[in-house]
Amino acid sequence: MPFIPHTDEDVREMLAVIGAPSIEALFDEIPASLRVQGLPEIPAGLGELEVMQLMAARARQDGRPLCFIGAGAYEHHIPAAVWSIVTRGELYSAYTPYQAEASQGTLQTIYEYQTMMASLTGMEVANASLYDGASAVAEATLMAVRANRHSKAARILLPRTLHPHYRAVTLATASNQGLRFEELAYERGTGLTSLAALEACAADEFTALVIAQPNFFGMLEDVDALTDFAHARGALVIAVVNPTSLALLKPPGEWGAKGANIVVGEGQPLGCPLSSGGPYFGFMTTRMEHVRQMPGRIVGGTIDLDGRPGFTLTLQAREQHIRRAKATSNICTNQGLLMMAGTVYMALLGAEGLERVAALSMQRTEELVGALSAIPGVRRVFGRPGFHEAVLGLDRPVAPVLAALGARDIQGGLDLLDYYPELGPALLVCATETKSAADIDTYARALSEVLRAARAA
Amino acid sequence: MAAPLREKLIFEYSRPGRGARAQWPAPAAGAPSLPEALRRRRRPLLPEVSELDAVRHYTRLSKLNFSIDTHFYPLGSCTMKYNPRGCNAAAMLPEFLARHPLASASSGQGFLACLYELQEMLKAVSGMRAVGLSPLAGAHGEFAGVAMIRAYHRARGDLQRNEIIVPQAAHGTNPATASMCGYVAREVAVGADGDVDLAAVQAAVGPQTAGIMLTNPSTLGVFERRIEEVARIVHAGGGLLYYDGANLNAILGKVRPGDMGFDAIHMNLHKTFSTPHGGGGPGAGAVGVSARLQPFLPLPIVAQEAGGEYRWLTERDLPQSIGRLTSFAGNAGVLLRAYAYMRMLGREGMRRVGEYATLNANYLSARLQQVGFDAAYPQRRASHEFILTLKRQAQENGVTAMDVAKRLLDLGFHAPTTYFPLLISECLLIEPTETESRETLDAFVAAMAQILREAHEEPQRLQRAPHSLPVRRLDDVRAARELDLTYRSAAP
Repeated sequence: MPFIPHTDEDVREMLAVIGAPSIEALFDEIPASLRVQGLPEIPAGLGELEVMQLMAARARQDGRPLCFIGAGAYEHHIPAAVWSIVTRGELYSAYTPYQAEASQGTLQTIYEYQTMMASLTGMEVANASLYDGASAVAEATLMAVRANRHSKAARILLPRTLHPHYRAVTLATASNQGLRFEELAYERGTGLTSLAALEACAADEFTALVIAQPNFFGMLEDVDALTDFAHARGALVIAVVNPTSLALLKPPGEWGAKGANIVVGEGQPLGCPLSSGGPYFGFMTTRMEHVRQMPGRIVGGTIDLDGRPGFTLTLQAREQHIRRAKATSNICTNQGLLMMAGTVYMALLGAEGLERVAALSMQRTEELVGALSAIPGVRRVFGRPGFHEAVLGLDRPVAPVLAALGARDIQGGLDLLDYYPELGPALLVCATETKSAADIDTYARALSEVLRAARAA
Repeated sequence: MAAPLREKLIFEYSRPGRGARAQWPAPAAGAPSLPEALRRRRRPLLPEVSELDAVRHYTRLSKLNFSIDTHFYPLGSCTMKYNPRGCNAAAMLPEFLARHPLASASSGQGFLACLYELQEMLKAVSGMRAVGLSPLAGAHGEFAGVAMIRAYHRARGDLQRNEIIVPQAAHGTNPATASMCGYVAREVAVGADGDVDLAAVQAAVGPQTAGIMLTNPSTLGVFERRIEEVARIVHAGGGLLYYDGANLNAILGKVRPGDMGFDAIHMNLHKTFSTPHGGGGPGAGAVGVSARLQPFLPLPIVAQEAGGEYRWLTERDLPQSIGRLTSFAGNAGVLLRAYAYMRMLGREGMRRVGEYATLNANYLSARLQQVGFDAAYPQRRASHEFILTLKRQAQENGVTAMDVAKRLLDLGFHAPTTYFPLLISECLLIEPTETESRETLDAFVAAMAQILREAHEEPQRLQRAPHSLPVRRLDDVRAARELDLTYRSAAP
C-alpha cells in the first residue's frame, strides 16, 4: 500500500481498541445511498519507477526550446544552492508557522525577506508573499480603497500598459466588491501611458493610480510625473514593478515628491523556475501608516519568556482565521516556499549581483532587438529607454512566423494580436543574461530565413 | 532538535566587498543607458555574503523548524501527510521547470497531458462535472467557487441574492471569501450532536440566499449525516451549495461531494494529494463544478481535441467564465506533484487513503479517551480528525489547550490545531493522516498521558512550556505593539 505503513496485525489490534468489526464499519454514519463502489475511471496505481518513466517521457516530448518570451515570467540563472536549500525537508514539508517556537527557521527567513523586499522597493514594510503578480495587483487595489480614507469613489485607474493578465485578474477579483476600473490609454508613438488620457480620467475623483514600471512593452514610464499627478489629486499610487529591474531603477519609494504608497509585483525572477507559470510568488510592500490594511502574513521580532529574541506572526487581527468576514483578505496558504527561494536568491546575488543580472539582461535585449530589427520586414515599434523587453512589428501576421520558429525549436516571443490588436502584427521579445550572443544569432538567422520563405511563398 | 541556538540574521554576516561571485553574470559592456531621473541612487540592503555563508545560514535556520520529515504533525484540518519525494523529483524534471507559461501549446503536449489527466482524475474522485486547475490555494479556490455562484445568479437576472450561509464552525476563509465576493456571511448554528441545525438552515434560507458553504466531514470531525436534506432545502430556496475541500482526505474513494448535491467545490491538493506545504505554500485549490456552473469556470482549462491534441480553453470557448484569477495557468509545479501522487496511488490507493486516515483518527481518539482525555463528540464516529476538549483540565488545574500544545513541542510532536473551531472551549483538533504508523500514534498517546500527569502534578511546567526549543514562549502582544518588521542595520 503506497505510503500507508499498517500491517494486517496493526489493523486488527487498532480495530479492537476502537471496538469496530472492520474499517468499513467506521463509515457507518454515512448514508448508504451516498457511498461509491470504487473509482473505475482512475487508472490502477503505479510504482515510483513507472511514474518517473511516464513523466520523464512527457518532459522529453516537450524538450527545452530556446525561449525569447518574457511577458511576466523571465528565465534567469538560478544558483544551484537555492533549490537545494528550499527542498530540504525541514523547509519543504513544514506547515505555516503558527506554532512560532517550532518554526523559527521559517519565521526568521520571512523577516529577512521582508527586510530585503522593503529595501529593494524603497518602502518600510513587506508582507510574507501573495499568490502571484496579478493577484497582488488585485489585492493592492482593494487595499488602496481601504487605505485612502479621503476617497469614497472606489475608482481605480489601470493603465493599458499593465500586463493584460494582471488587468483581467484585477477585474475578476475586485469588481465583486464594487470597485470600478478605468483603463488608461497609452501613446501610440512611445508606448507610454498617455498624460492626456490621464488628465481626462482624472476629471472624476479616483482612489488610486496603478503605474507599471517597466510597463508590459518593456518601456520605462515617467514615474515621477505620474506619481505627483495622482498625489496632487488625493489618490494613492500603486507601483507594479519587476524586482530585477529595481537593482538599476529608482525604487517606487522615491517616485515623485512623496513616493508610491503600495508596491506589488511578481517575485518569479528572484529564483523561481519558469515552470509553466507557477508556483511563483507575489510581493507587496508599503509604508508603516498602511500596514494594518495590508493582506497576508507578516512576521515581527519579539522576545521570549527569558528575554531572548525570536520571531512570530504578528498583526494577525487583519487575517481571516481571527477576523473572519471582516478580514483584509481571505488569503491563507499562499507561496511561502517560493518567497524562501527568493530570499536565498537575493542573499546569493546581493545588490551587485542583481545589478549585473539587470544590466546584462538589458544589454542582451538591445543586442537581440538590434539583430532582429536589421532583418527586412522587422522593426522596433517603440524607442527607448526600455528594460529587458521590446515590441517588434512584423510585415505579416505573427502566428505563422512563431509556428515556423517553433518547428526550429525556438519560442520567438509573444504574439500581441489578442492583447493589443491596435498594434497590428506585433511581437513582444525578451532576452535575459541566460541568452548568449550565439543564441541571439541563432534566432536572428532563423527569423530571417522564416520571413524570406514566407515572402517567397 | 539538535542545537537550540540563535542563528544570526543574514545581514549580520554581511561584509562590504564579499559576495557569491560564481553566481554573478559577467559585467555588461558599458553602463546601462538610463536617464538620470529613472536611476537608482542607493543600493538596496541586500547581504554581501559568500555562497558558503548563505548555505550554512539557511541550512541552520532549517534546523530550527518542525516539519513532516522530522516530526509527527497531527494538525487538524491541515492533512499533514508524508510528501513523497518521487513526486517532487517528477515535477522538477528540467524540461518541466524550463517551460515558459506562454510557450505554444504544441510545444507543451507532454505537460498538458499531465494536467488534462489530473483534471479527469479529480472529476472522478469528486463526482463533479468539470474541473479547473488554476486557483493557487484553498482560499483562492473558495473565491472561484463563490464567484461562480454569484455569476450564475446574475446570469439568470436573479440579483437579489446577497447572503452566503456558513455554519458557526466554518473555517475563517469561508466568511472572508463571502465578503470578498461582495456577499454578507450569515452564520447558522450547529446542533449538540455536531451536525448543522437543519431548522436553522431552513430558517436562514430565503430569496436572499446565494448559497451555503459547508465542509463535510465538518470542522468538528464528524460526517454531516443529513447533507442530502441540507442540499434539498438550499436548492429548493434557489441557492447553491459550496463544498470546502479541506477535509476531503476523510472520504476519498468512499463518498463524493458531487453525489451529496454540491454545485462547487475546491480541493486542496497540498492536503489531500500530498503536495508539500512549504512553510505556508505553495498550494493548489483546483475547483470542481456541477453542470449548471460549468460555463462559469475560471480560465485557463485544458481541453483535448478530437485528434488527441491538448489546448488551453479561452474566453472564446467559455464566454461566461468568471475570468482569469492567476497570472498564468496556476501552480503548475504543484499540479504535477499531485498528478504523480495520484498516479502512484491509483484507484485502490485512493480508497485506502480515506480508510486508513479514518482508522488512525478513530484509534487515536479511543486511546486518548482511555488515558483520560475528553472527546468533544464521544458518541460520534471520528472522521479523519476529532476534537478533544480540555475544559475540565482548565477548570481543575488551570491548564489550557495552548499549554498542552506548547508542551507537546517539548516532547517532539507538532501541536494539534488549537482553539479551532471556536465553539468548543479549550479544544485540540487532531488529524493524524493515513501515513503515520501505529507506533507513532502510540508514542503521541504516551506524550499526551505524560502531559495529563504533569497537569495534575506540576501545572507550571505546562504553563511555561516549551522548555527545550530554540526559543521559549514568545511575547505576541509585544510583537504587535512594538512593531519590528525589518532589520535596521546599526551602520549608517
